[in-house]
Amino acid sequence: MSDSIFGIHGVALELRSQRMGLISANIANAATPGYKARDIDFATALKAREAGRPTDAATLYRVPVMPGLDGNTVEMATEQTAFAENAVGYATTLQFIRGRVETLTRALKGD
Amino acid sequence: MASPPTGPLNLFSLAQRAMSAQLVRMNAASSNLANAGAVAGSEAEAYRPLRTFFATELDRATGLASVRVGGVYQQDTTPLKEHDPDHPLADAEGNIFVAPVDENAEMVEMLDASRQYQNLVEALSTAKQLMLDTMRMK
Repeated sequence: MSDSIFGIHGVALELRSQRMGLISANIANAATPGYKARDIDFATALKAREAGRPTDAATLYRVPVMPGLDGNTVEMATEQTAFAENAVGYATTLQFIRGRVETLTRALKGD
Repeated sequence: MASPPTGPLNLFSLAQRAMSAQLVRMNAASSNLANAGAVAGSEAEAYRPLRTFFATELDRATGLASVRVGGVYQQDTTPLKEHDPDHPLADAEGNIFVAPVDENAEMVEMLDASRQYQNLVEALSTAKQLMLDTMRMK
């Protein structure tokens, strides 16, 4: 039901939220020896979700510019940019959903 | 050190754990700074700098990786031996042992910890704002 109302945006919001968690985990583990940063390839994940396939394959390890000596591959600049980009994407998707809800509300009220 | 798991991990507890881990690191660095220049009567008694190390903690239910303090250990650095027979703590040979604390290294450690703490606060406040926006959706 909600899928047909929100279209692609419902799934997109869910994926954005998942990605936010993953990037937060990277930021949290910035000083953990041996931690490998991960990220979701958003476009692939969205395609997989639309086709009804699981999105696990879209979660990939980040290729570091210069890995630390302790095996940690978290790079703050990369993570912060990805986080900001994802937050903007989340807000945009939310705005689309809000628009849909508004349209429906207006149709129900009939004014 | 690790708090017992309560329900599935969410963004707030993830950030909270990471922040407390950074706090432990900052506390270790300030203990080291406080003990810089501390004198002991023997090599064994001398203060040795504390260091923390982190470990990843995977939450299987959500797939989120949080962090915990793996442990706090004392660095194995040799105390600086100084000859000072007049010192009340001097041993039979007139030597005292000064804590081998590198102030610069501690300051860098502290700066790094506080930077990462700030990063977490920033990420958390953005995530919180987005969650609130989602909640308020009419």
